[in-house]
Amino acid sequence: MNVTRRQFFRICTAGLGGSSIAMMGFSPNAALAEVRTFKLTRATETRNTCPYCSVSCGVLIYSSGDKSKNAHAEIIHIEGDPDNPVNRGTLCPKGAGLRDMVQSANRLKWPEVREAGASEWKKISWNEAFDRIAKHMKADRDANFMVQNKDGLTVNRWTSTAFLASSAAPNEAGYLTVKTIRALGMTSIDTQARI
Amino acid sequence: MTNHWVDIKNADLILVMGGNPAEAHPCGFKWAIEAKKTRKAKLVVVDPRFNRTASVADFYAPLRSGSDIAFLGGVINYLIANDKIHKDYVKAYTNASFLVDPGFKFSDGLFSGYNEEKRSYDKGSWSYQLDKDGYAKIDESWQDPNCVWQLMKAHYARYTPEMVAKVCGTPKESFLKVCEYIAETAAPNKTMTSLYALGWTEHSVGSQNIRCMAMIQLLLGNMGMAGGGINALRGHSNVQGITDFALYAQQLPGYLAAPTDADKDIKSFLEKKTTKALRPGQMNFYQNFPKWYVSLQKAWWGDAATKDNGFAFDYMPKLAGASDVLSIFDQMYQGKINGFLCQGFNPLASVANKKKVSDALAKLKYMVVMDPLATDTSEFWKPYGEFNEVDPAKIPTEVFRLPTSLFAETAGSFTNSGRVILWRWKAAEPPGDAKDDTEIMATLFLKLKEMYAKDGGAFAEPIQKLTWAYRIPNKPSPEELMMEYNGKALADVVDPKDATKVLVKAGDQLPSFAMLRDDGTTTCGNWIYCGVWSQAGNNSARRDNSDPSGLGQTLNWGFAWPVNRRILYNRASADPSGKPWDPKRTVLRWTGKVWGGNDIPDMRPDAAPEENVMPFIMNPEGVARLFARDLMAEGPFPEHYEPFETPLEANPMHPQNPKAKSNPAARVYKGDMEAFGNAKDFPYVATTYRLTEHFHFWTKQSLVNAIMQPEHFVEIGEELAKEKGIAAGDRVKVRSNRGFIKAVAVVTKRIKAFDIDGKKVHTVGIPIHFGFKGATKPGFITNTLTPFVGDANTQTPEYKAFLVNIEKA
Repeated sequence: MNVTRRQFFRICTAGLGGSSIAMMGFSPNAALAEVRTFKLTRATETRNTCPYCSVSCGVLIYSSGDKSKNAHAEIIHIEGDPDNPVNRGTLCPKGAGLRDMVQSANRLKWPEVREAGASEWKKISWNEAFDRIAKHMKADRDANFMVQNKDGLTVNRWTSTAFLASSAAPNEAGYLTVKTIRALGMTSIDTQARI
Repeated sequence: MTNHWVDIKNADLILVMGGNPAEAHPCGFKWAIEAKKTRKAKLVVVDPRFNRTASVADFYAPLRSGSDIAFLGGVINYLIANDKIHKDYVKAYTNASFLVDPGFKFSDGLFSGYNEEKRSYDKGSWSYQLDKDGYAKIDESWQDPNCVWQLMKAHYARYTPEMVAKVCGTPKESFLKVCEYIAETAAPNKTMTSLYALGWTEHSVGSQNIRCMAMIQLLLGNMGMAGGGINALRGHSNVQGITDFALYAQQLPGYLAAPTDADKDIKSFLEKKTTKALRPGQMNFYQNFPKWYVSLQKAWWGDAATKDNGFAFDYMPKLAGASDVLSIFDQMYQGKINGFLCQGFNPLASVANKKKVSDALAKLKYMVVMDPLATDTSEFWKPYGEFNEVDPAKIPTEVFRLPTSLFAETAGSFTNSGRVILWRWKAAEPPGDAKDDTEIMATLFLKLKEMYAKDGGAFAEPIQKLTWAYRIPNKPSPEELMMEYNGKALADVVDPKDATKVLVKAGDQLPSFAMLRDDGTTTCGNWIYCGVWSQAGNNSARRDNSDPSGLGQTLNWGFAWPVNRRILYNRASADPSGKPWDPKRTVLRWTGKVWGGNDIPDMRPDAAPEENVMPFIMNPEGVARLFARDLMAEGPFPEHYEPFETPLEANPMHPQNPKAKSNPAARVYKGDMEAFGNAKDFPYVATTYRLTEHFHFWTKQSLVNAIMQPEHFVEIGEELAKEKGIAAGDRVKVRSNRGFIKAVAVVTKRIKAFDIDGKKVHTVGIPIHFGFKGATKPGFITNTLTPFVGDANTQTPEYKAFLVNIEKA
């Protein structure tokens, strides 16, 4: 019996165990010519959520490696999660491009600074970035922090540095962000939710 | 959403107005198709464009952008005039019978109490008549001329089908056909779901657009029902969660009002926020405000928050006044803001009037961009030809750009617009030296804390005392953070009715916000999320998608806030005696002892029907509001006002009153009023929109999306194209009073001219997704054109209706 690889899979999923079919002599011709195995079979599957619109479709992310400490995981495929009751395995034209987003040529890889009046970026270390930013923030906070308003009421606020937060961040990052910026006294805060 | 994505399949009528889910939310929209296939539901679309949602609709009606309230007000008038009201529902569950202060008036487009100079209202008369016990007076016969029903009826009697046609440009027959579809769902066992998105919010009357539909849903008895509700489709994947955590100024996590300069101490603050029931026996759930607020202060400042210091009330900054993207960029423009931290946000592209935003950024001393991608905003100082004409030498802003991880590279939870919180797992490391947002925020905070400890400085106590019990201090894990905001018991939580009965042991995670206390013995970083990480563990990671209800409730999939409830106001899905209005779609029913059914009751579980505890438990009235009291900026009933840039000389509803032309309570900054264009120079109505291949200003960075939609275009109808001599594929220049963009012309049959009171009005559709950074062809930023004015309640900018001119480039 001649069956193609695709037909073979169809027979297998029709209900019988694949291996027993193969033992009965129904091995597919095309499979013998296969030079590489289906790449997702050895990939690690991770459940995540599409970051675009708020249907928040479940996705399956396939990466190389097994998540062991020294294995470098590279994302090789992303598709809809069929278990998710909302999207049931589907993705739209936006979500279909998720892998290209993760691997966008415009991903940032290291901290940079553009000095006042300069026309180019300069690569800097994380230490330098944190040091310089924290100095700016402290200087501005110390100079402009308002303890009391003109009526003598305690207000303890810092309005002269603003913060716009991301609606693409997970709840936990959002929580830590609001907790820290409120503790610093910030009130000039907003997020994409409004626009 | 009051309901959720899968619940759309339970509707009999799907009304899409103010959204375009077929293109903007395709995988959610398939539940509308499911309803059509399995329930024979009808899909009706009302939109200025014959978009792809309209292309699969049973009926489509066009309307001029910015005229939604005229249309919806017309629907209210139709329902009342034709007696298409779910009367039992309206009688029991709304404030139709409540008596309003006799001082409340509406005349010539303005409500009582208007102050033209301040562009705001004294809302004293927008209230109920109260009896000696402080309860609202009611007239169950609905005959009193001051009852809400009579006032509402009179208010909307002006919205005749003729008036709708005149203001909206919708043919009268089309309008009436939509009314007929809607009216069918007044039957107790029929429901309509309302799906909307930015097409309603991005107007200077955005909130009132939505309120107007909420009133219609109440008149039809569709709130709380499976397949009903008001469903905001919303934007980003976690925009719901970030809104819930209040990453904006006016509120604290869980929608708790932030203290302002009017709040001198915690006692008066809590007293003011603790509402008093307006009808006897109601749950008046906001009476629990002190429990939620004190638990938040305890979550943040732990042992430093004591009874003696008002639970560290002074550690929480008090809000000075307006604070939102528009006000922040206006302050920056005026030089009153020196520093700006920008986390995963591209305001140069996404905020109105790009020129003003760019000039504002150039006045900063320092700016910090935290983003996975090189955004337009991060390079606002860099010349990109005519797309971004700037001189870097003249821009003194020091700009830092910090690389962050993307969704696939972090763990943690997202909340979809159906309020379902779902855990996500990390698949790979971010590229190069990129870090998680949490690590960046933690490291910056700890650095500042160390500097304050060493050098001193302005009020450092809230910084030094902030709870920070993370195993790796500069890398708080998402698990630790979720456990923290869920909250725990600091001492044994006992039953208020029996002090010997311990409900939650000291140290345990709290199972629900019912366990929160106002005496400092519980912590909770976001009360509406309480229960997401109980002693049972991480409930957002539950993945049992079984659905015994058949309604798509999937109660064991993730965790919905509040307390895993999937349909809000679900008590209203049953009649006052506790029987479901539609037994085939039972959400809740009274079992004789408790509320049971297919959802977590939005009601005290043992509140017997004869106790008359009404379903809208968050309102001190217990019922829903057809009359919004003093809670909206521009009036208790939605009224049609023209967009700030309108093709008309006057508001057709109030042609003699220029004060009532556009939203009289909307905030307009100095200089922005002057920057509005007029119909003489800019005769066409522009409306921005989104493409199915792109998401905001994000996917232009992704190659395959850029291949699918590579270049900026604008869409015009055939008639306008002919008038202006523009052919499909021509390059055109679109100008507003604030600037211009150039793009390719797409000429379609999808946009047609409107006949507005005898005047021909054309629409220009402008997709937003392009800019000078990304894998798409470099282009202009659409928001170069848009006006710097927002909705009077939310300050959401008016991106959907403004004026432009167009010519061949």
